[in-house]
Amino acid sequence: MSAGTVERPESSTDRRRRALAARPRTVALSAIGLLVLLSLVRVISGAEDITSSGTTSAALRLAVPIGLAGLGGLWAERAGIVNIGLEGMLILGTWFGAWAAFFYGPWIGVMAAVAAGALGGLLHALATVTFGVDHVVSGVAINLLGGGIARYLSSIAYGDGQVPGAGQTQSPNTQPLPQVSLPVLSDGPDLLGRLEDQGWFLLSDLAGILKGLTADVSVLTLLGVLLVPLTFFILWRTAFGLRLRSVGENPVAADSLGVAVYRMKYAAVVISGALAGLGGASLVIGSIYREGQTGGRGFIGLAAVIFGNWRPGGLAAGAALFGYADAIQLRAGGAVRGLLLFVALLLVVVAIRQALRRRIGLAIAAVLIGAAFALWYLAVDTVPSQLVGFTPHLVTLLVLAVASQRLRPPAADGIPYRRGQQT
Amino acid sequence: MSLLTPERAEPVPPTPSTGRSGPRIDGRRLLLAVVAPLLAAVVALAVASIALLISGSNPLTVYARMLSEGTTLRSLLITVNNAVPLYLSGLAVAIGFRMGLFNIGVEGQYTLAALLAAAAGAAVSLPLFLHIPFIILVACTVGAGWAGVAAVLKTTRGVSEVISTIMLNVIAGGLAAYLLATQFQERVEGSNNTRTAPLDETARFPILDPGLRMLGIEPPQGTRLGGFVVVAVVVGIGYWLLVSRSRFGFELRATGLSPSAAVASGVDAKRMTIAAMLLSGALAGLVGLPQLLGTSFAYGLDFTAGLGFTGIGVALLGRGSPVGIGLAALLFAFLERSSATLQRIDVPTEIYVIMQGAIVLSVVVAYEAVRRIGVAQAERAVRRATDPGTAA
Repeated sequence: MSAGTVERPESSTDRRRRALAARPRTVALSAIGLLVLLSLVRVISGAEDITSSGTTSAALRLAVPIGLAGLGGLWAERAGIVNIGLEGMLILGTWFGAWAAFFYGPWIGVMAAVAAGALGGLLHALATVTFGVDHVVSGVAINLLGGGIARYLSSIAYGDGQVPGAGQTQSPNTQPLPQVSLPVLSDGPDLLGRLEDQGWFLLSDLAGILKGLTADVSVLTLLGVLLVPLTFFILWRTAFGLRLRSVGENPVAADSLGVAVYRMKYAAVVISGALAGLGGASLVIGSIYREGQTGGRGFIGLAAVIFGNWRPGGLAAGAALFGYADAIQLRAGGAVRGLLLFVALLLVVVAIRQALRRRIGLAIAAVLIGAAFALWYLAVDTVPSQLVGFTPHLVTLLVLAVASQRLRPPAADGIPYRRGQQT
Repeated sequence: MSLLTPERAEPVPPTPSTGRSGPRIDGRRLLLAVVAPLLAAVVALAVASIALLISGSNPLTVYARMLSEGTTLRSLLITVNNAVPLYLSGLAVAIGFRMGLFNIGVEGQYTLAALLAAAAGAAVSLPLFLHIPFIILVACTVGAGWAGVAAVLKTTRGVSEVISTIMLNVIAGGLAAYLLATQFQERVEGSNNTRTAPLDETARFPILDPGLRMLGIEPPQGTRLGGFVVVAVVVGIGYWLLVSRSRFGFELRATGLSPSAAVASGVDAKRMTIAAMLLSGALAGLVGLPQLLGTSFAYGLDFTAGLGFTGIGVALLGRGSPVGIGLAALLFAFLERSSATLQRIDVPTEIYVIMQGAIVLSVVVAYEAVRRIGVAQAERAVRRATDPGTAA
């Protein structure tokens, strides 16, 4: 792929791809910009929750299952298998994780969740790789099956009222895993917490966010976060990862070079399911299994993959965004109202950028939409919770509508591969 | 975005170009038609039996009970009633499949359609012959409009309809909850349920019990045959005429089988995508109506959810033919109805969900496996016929 591009002059797709590949400086600048905007909004609107450690900590906790499902999606799609069944594997992870955690302790619960998810992945691999079933069809069927298995087993395990605190649709409470905090800064003297309480512009916001990210973090959350760089390392810095990705880009070529295409695809999809299962565990360990608790997080994870342009870093950013949207809606409606102002300000920034690039039409559109959000902000006291619930989904749609033509999925993504046949 | 390769969206049995015609292909088709469902049934039964063994019950006892419970007149009537929305949902999904479109958004489309149709229907008073058509029109328009969002995103921005309809489902659910709570709510005395104002008498769909009595069947106490089954049959015939007997249907299927070939022969792919999606959404709009016009007469928090997702299973099982989808809907409804009383012999009712999932998965796998065997045989036949070395 790269050898060819060196020779010929840079094409527009190459340029676009290069612009999309987030460089460290751009990322840092955007992060600082976002922080300034957020603290500005907090000071103006008085919605303290926007950058409080409570919100950030909840955002991190909620981002982890989405991110793990997303990583699952990334592994599968990098090997060319679309995994719509992530939701079903997530459900399997939650059920088996909660069940095993209650009876045998939280670590066994985590392992059971991973195993259950991996089994779901194995089923998907069997259907799509060995039998060549359409990926979306198989995924939809696995979602049906995953939900059905969880309901059925709940009924068997808890339906008779033998287990205290459990019922037809929920498991008993499970033991939490240990939590870690950063010493001194967010624990003990709690320097960050004190700084946060001062309410200073920017400094307290930064402290709140940092504290939320470092205080009382579950080991499982930490594991989930670490899996992002680990995934990057394995997929982009090892021979195994190169082979796996080659299968998703051009399986025929990979096969001719001696890569075991079927085996790679199996490995990717089983790992994909295991990651989704781990995501399920992160929802239930220290809490309970409830029917319908995954709430489409598998699909949101898939959206995070697309949002992140099939890259781990972008995926993590997407998961963080969705986790934050999830967390903010759990807070009082005032915080969401503050976000309306945030969107308005953000659109003003976008408008200025587009105006500098002489794209006047886009700039005017951004200003108009921004003004609409500002008006909405001024007109209401709170935003109804029903509308806030689908913020991540709306954001996903908008991102796809704006950026989907600049995204680059693996070239052979979703195409059934049969050795020795062209299609 | 290659989330889905359109030409493979629905594993269509191929007509292999063996160079020969007639009986050979028919024989293979027959094989496909008989072996695949049998294989699938065996696998699905095996999975269900394992699940039953886990719960500590004898699968044979359970199946026997399901058969005897499910075939009482009362159960059969309920099965037919429950199959109607599943059938409509399956057709809505299938029309998209026909051209390689995955409308996973039937769920959101029918939820929003049922709510707005209930609200609109309650807001007006019309004579009998206008009220029901009005409600149906509103429901179809809303369903088509919501599906249209995904269609426009796909044709103008290249957004995969799989992802966009999944997102639109959640947004529709939130919107419906919001609208119900703030705009259309009517408090019910002594109940936690919030629902729209009930529909007038003129908007209640006639029931078919008199017709049953004419046939000499006396419906049991408290059971009736909803009139919407007639609508379902009419829609099924319409679907067949449209897909199999019209130019539009031909172009639809052509696009599904090979988009590039269709475009090369003058089919406007974007127009077809929008048309198929709008049709699918309009059909999806009907899914909530058997309940709205037949039993509940209002949209409330307790309105049946999940029909859109089950419809995907029904469509996959029915393999695109209106009769197949009908049988699949009846099978799904039968499984649900006949397992309703299993609780009494200590078997979880939810076994039917596992059965449905297992059937769908094993059917798609079985058809693909048998198709491949067919293709391999055809290739071998071609090799035998064309290779001078072996042709003796």
